[in-house]
Amino acid sequence: MWDYCGHSLDVARLRGAAYADVRVMHLLQRDLTTKGGSVGTLGQSESIGLGIRVVVNGAWGFASTDQLTRDGVGACAAQAVAIAKASALAKKSDVRLAPEGVYVDSWQGPCQKDPFEIPVEAQLDLLLKADAALRAVKGVTLSETDMQFRKIDSWFASSAGSKIHQRRVHSGCGIVATSFKDDAIQKRSYPNSFGGQHVLGGYEFIEAMDLLKHAPRIAEEAVALHSAAQCPETRGTLILGGSQLGLQIHESVGHPIELDRVLGQEANFAGTSFLTVDQLNHLRYASPIVNIVADARIAHGPGLGTFAYDDEGVTAQCIDIIKDGEFRGYLSSRETAHLVGLQRSGGTMRTESWNRLPMIRMTNVSLLPGTWTPENLIADTDDGILMETNRSWSIDDRRYQFQFSTEIAWEIKKGKKGRMLKNPSYSGITTEFWNSCDAICGADHWVLWGTPNCGKGQPMQTMGTGHGAAPARFRNVRIGTAFSNE
Amino acid sequence: MSPTRKTREVSTRRGAAAEVQLRPERELRAITSQIFRIAKSLGLPEVEVHVDEVIDALTRFANNAIHQHVAEHGLSVSLRVVVDGRTARVTTNRIEEDALRSTLESAASLAASQPKDPGLLPIPGKQKYRPVRRFSAPTASLSAEIRARAVKTACALAENKGQVAAGIFSSGQSQTVLANSQGLFASYRQTQAEFSVTMQQGSATSWAKANAADYRVFDPQQLARKASERAERAINPVELATGRYTVILEPAAVLDLIGFLYYDFAATAVRDQRSCFSERLGLPLMGKNITISDDVYHPEQLGAPFDGEGIPRQRIVLVEQGVPRNLVYSRRSAKKAHKTPTGHGFALPNEYGEAPMNLVVEGGKTSLPEMIAGTDRGLLVTRLWYIREVEPYEKIMTGMTRDGLFLVEKGQVTRPVRNFRFNQSILQMLRNVEALGPSHRATAEESFEMVVPPMKIREFHFSEVTKF
Repeated sequence: MWDYCGHSLDVARLRGAAYADVRVMHLLQRDLTTKGGSVGTLGQSESIGLGIRVVVNGAWGFASTDQLTRDGVGACAAQAVAIAKASALAKKSDVRLAPEGVYVDSWQGPCQKDPFEIPVEAQLDLLLKADAALRAVKGVTLSETDMQFRKIDSWFASSAGSKIHQRRVHSGCGIVATSFKDDAIQKRSYPNSFGGQHVLGGYEFIEAMDLLKHAPRIAEEAVALHSAAQCPETRGTLILGGSQLGLQIHESVGHPIELDRVLGQEANFAGTSFLTVDQLNHLRYASPIVNIVADARIAHGPGLGTFAYDDEGVTAQCIDIIKDGEFRGYLSSRETAHLVGLQRSGGTMRTESWNRLPMIRMTNVSLLPGTWTPENLIADTDDGILMETNRSWSIDDRRYQFQFSTEIAWEIKKGKKGRMLKNPSYSGITTEFWNSCDAICGADHWVLWGTPNCGKGQPMQTMGTGHGAAPARFRNVRIGTAFSNE
Repeated sequence: MSPTRKTREVSTRRGAAAEVQLRPERELRAITSQIFRIAKSLGLPEVEVHVDEVIDALTRFANNAIHQHVAEHGLSVSLRVVVDGRTARVTTNRIEEDALRSTLESAASLAASQPKDPGLLPIPGKQKYRPVRRFSAPTASLSAEIRARAVKTACALAENKGQVAAGIFSSGQSQTVLANSQGLFASYRQTQAEFSVTMQQGSATSWAKANAADYRVFDPQQLARKASERAERAINPVELATGRYTVILEPAAVLDLIGFLYYDFAATAVRDQRSCFSERLGLPLMGKNITISDDVYHPEQLGAPFDGEGIPRQRIVLVEQGVPRNLVYSRRSAKKAHKTPTGHGFALPNEYGEAPMNLVVEGGKTSLPEMIAGTDRGLLVTRLWYIREVEPYEKIMTGMTRDGLFLVEKGQVTRPVRNFRFNQSILQMLRNVEALGPSHRATAEESFEMVVPPMKIREFHFSEVTKF
């Protein structure tokens, strides 16, 4: 692989590139699903290729190829140079990259049990048993389960001399019970909705999820939702479970802090951000108990945003985003760092595959744990609603106004968890919502949730991101708007 | 390295951008033959092969300058084997003899690792296809330099008006070959070009986008002018109260909402009781002015005339005068329902079955200006954003307006309005359609492209307002 990297860099240099970096990536994926007691998807895919990014005449060019031959990667480098020359026709200023060290390294993420070495029979057997456990509950009309595994090998080399190999294995699983009755469809998922929970790790994660233990509970809840009371339309106290709070962080903190959005580079597609550069170190984003970091280091945990180096060869870092409630930092790259006065990139450039250009992406954007326990939090709440497991999510293109709905909720009255509520939802304005946070549970209840399907960029790239969160409480929140007729 | 895997010659003529072209179909056919030969030697009698080749390029601009400029070229081979009533798929982009053999062995091993599937059908035999022509040679050879010059002109327009332009100009070509060991052979190639532009003036924005098989069908500068003029009109929006409004949805907004219905028309979704049409086929769920078909042969559509198993796609009337009449079927769901497959199946194995991917909503005769002229008070919606399903059976969707929301008063567009969040049932919306315009190919960001009209709709529900 290093030969392909070296030759493409040589061709780029000879054709006039002032800077170039190249990624050879090998991606292996396995997808397993069941539905209604039968195997649904059973597939595996493999993709290998090379992408090269060059600066010529002060402008970027990028080309990729799956033709891993000396001629193939040379032609690809030449094409990237030609594209950069065309880009220079409509440039405003020359590309300027923040300095970064030169690294020669090899790193491998944690993986005790390689999921690609575990027999598929065993994986399917577990899913089919979980599927059967869901269907065993009367009233469940559809049972679904899934597992997904991804092994990503990348070889990065730059014209500055870096040579970095990384291997990451991502594993994920989930189960869903759906119940159709009269004029409603209700569902419950475990450990999370929309594909379940995903981490940086091996099959040991799947075993730890204990799908069989949780299947009867979520199946019974899916059926029970039909006879539950409708979530009221009100303004009041909201407690969010960890996985829903993870998605809240993703949408209302993770995306608005992407510096490419802030600088208008996503204006046509993903949108921009209310966090204009004048807000840095000035905006009270949240209440003083809220601390949020973007941490790609393995010390933070085995998340989908964990690595040793980003895809432009910058080491993994922990960046303060919100410190004691104040807005302190953006997700940045080598090209954008200087625009907010940084001397160095925050190390957040990531690419989906060899055929995509690295772009600023979330790493693990996490809410640091507080001191409460879920029991104390409920006991301390006189009148509120506890919501768990995302059902829908939507936020405007500048990340101000959001609305989420969850699969299930419970009333909290006088410090006790009471009756179940169906069709829960809440909405708000980002900074008002985060400033209303008055309690966060502690490290024992903190989970690094994985969002495997974050879409951004043109051409679209799907990326896995991590979001550590423990249950937390928010005051004076608008509740029940999704089903409002007013 | 396989002899079929030749390095494409890259033009490096002075002044010309690099050009790469698709392989001749015979090379892809040779790959399938090679796979069938290896499969035979491995004792695998039932094999299905998809070979897909993609060449895409995209010029992305923001802040009145190009900031990303990319090209890709890839070929992938996807194999499905059937072994003793079991099936599995493995995909690779390595096409050396050894890699293909290893891929076949992996597929056979995966297939054997599951219980027997009593509902699995044998691989289908030869089919006949209605030809479609969707390949434009000028689009296939559109250079980076031509795209860059078009972008430069759009950015100059923005600069001259004190605006900021962002967007993309992309072009590409792709081909697919589907063959199986029973003699089925299907092939398709198309080109595609897209121009999308957002114009920003202060905090006001507007947007225009087009997508077609031939880049000469649309004019990037006309789109840039449209977005620019609308951005100018979007400055200083007023905040209106939430509630129910008459709305005039431009085609992009109609597309993005109706696109969320597509899987509800799948026979598998209805059988699984997760479609909004479960137990409701034949009922008047929408207004009599709503007729929806799936028609890959419509002249403004793109896409192959066959499905994931190589079954020819049929034109299907899904909703007739407000009544959902028909569903689409894969071979498997058709057999279960005692129907004929409609050619809408996904590649096997999968749990979703099928879906219509070429929706056509029948239009009317009221033009967009006539809708505005006939509206006493309402809102003109350019585009919607971040649409998600809140409730699946009434099909309540939430989302935001974006890039140009305007108040219509006494037949005139009068003022820009702050963006709203909506929570609206699509079924109810389609009962409240007062007027439809002519249908044309539309493109946006939430749904795939389809042929839809602009619509005037009463009592569209806006529940909250944002800050811009």
